[in-house]
Amino acid sequence: MKIGVQIKDGPYNHQAADTAYQFIKAARKKGHEVFAVFLYHDGVYNITKYSEPPNDDRHIANRWSELGAEGVTIYACIAAAKRRGITNSKDGEQHIMPNTEITGLGQLTDMAIVADRLVTFGD
Amino acid sequence: MTEEIEDDEVVKKIMHIIRRAPHGTIYSYEALETVLIMAAYDQDVSMAFIDDGVYTLKKDQDTSELEIKGYMKTFTALDDYDVEKLYVDRQSLEERGLTEDDLIVDVEVLDSAAIGKLMGEQDTIIPN
Repeated sequence: MKIGVQIKDGPYNHQAADTAYQFIKAARKKGHEVFAVFLYHDGVYNITKYSEPPNDDRHIANRWSELGAEGVTIYACIAAAKRRGITNSKDGEQHIMPNTEITGLGQLTDMAIVADRLVTFGD
Repeated sequence: MTEEIEDDEVVKKIMHIIRRAPHGTIYSYEALETVLIMAAYDQDVSMAFIDDGVYTLKKDQDTSELEIKGYMKTFTALDDYDVEKLYVDRQSLEERGLTEDDLIVDVEVLDSAAIGKLMGEQDTIIPN
């Protein structure tokens, strides 16, 4: 099955980012194709490059970047990102995690069209 | 590429569920933004208002003292985007002392079972 995922809440405060990640891992293990993740609202904080959790905690931003490297496209909504100071490049420097990108809501629409299931995580 | 061209012609039934009050969180507002984009992509978009979500359609909201831009008027533009399927849960409306006349746009007031049936007919549900 072709699955798209939407996450609407930021990391650490809400469990949505963790649950979504575990869901994606389990779905892929079962042979489903998770082709993209769309970060909306505070969800855009999931891909800030400046996250430094304690060593004994999970690194949520790294998780998304690793999934991105494995071919799951990680998108953040541009309007939501701009409101929150999340930008892909400023002064020639990249401010979001590698293997992630900032895009528009049209991408979420495309995901809804292409996916067999679009699964939303968050409040 | 062929797949992308084919996908452009696909029209999916996408229902957005509005469950929250219009202010206090950004969820309802940004849901409306998504609805407008999806409608611009010629998808079969509908909205269901349940629980506090029915307040988003309340007439005469004044957000000036919140210093937050209100978006109530955007609902009146939905018609221009061919988003005409607006469903309101009857019980949620009644519990809050509201009637259809209190709402800024024409809606279809349905009981929960009817909304549930509509949900079952969708390709995608986006909860907000």
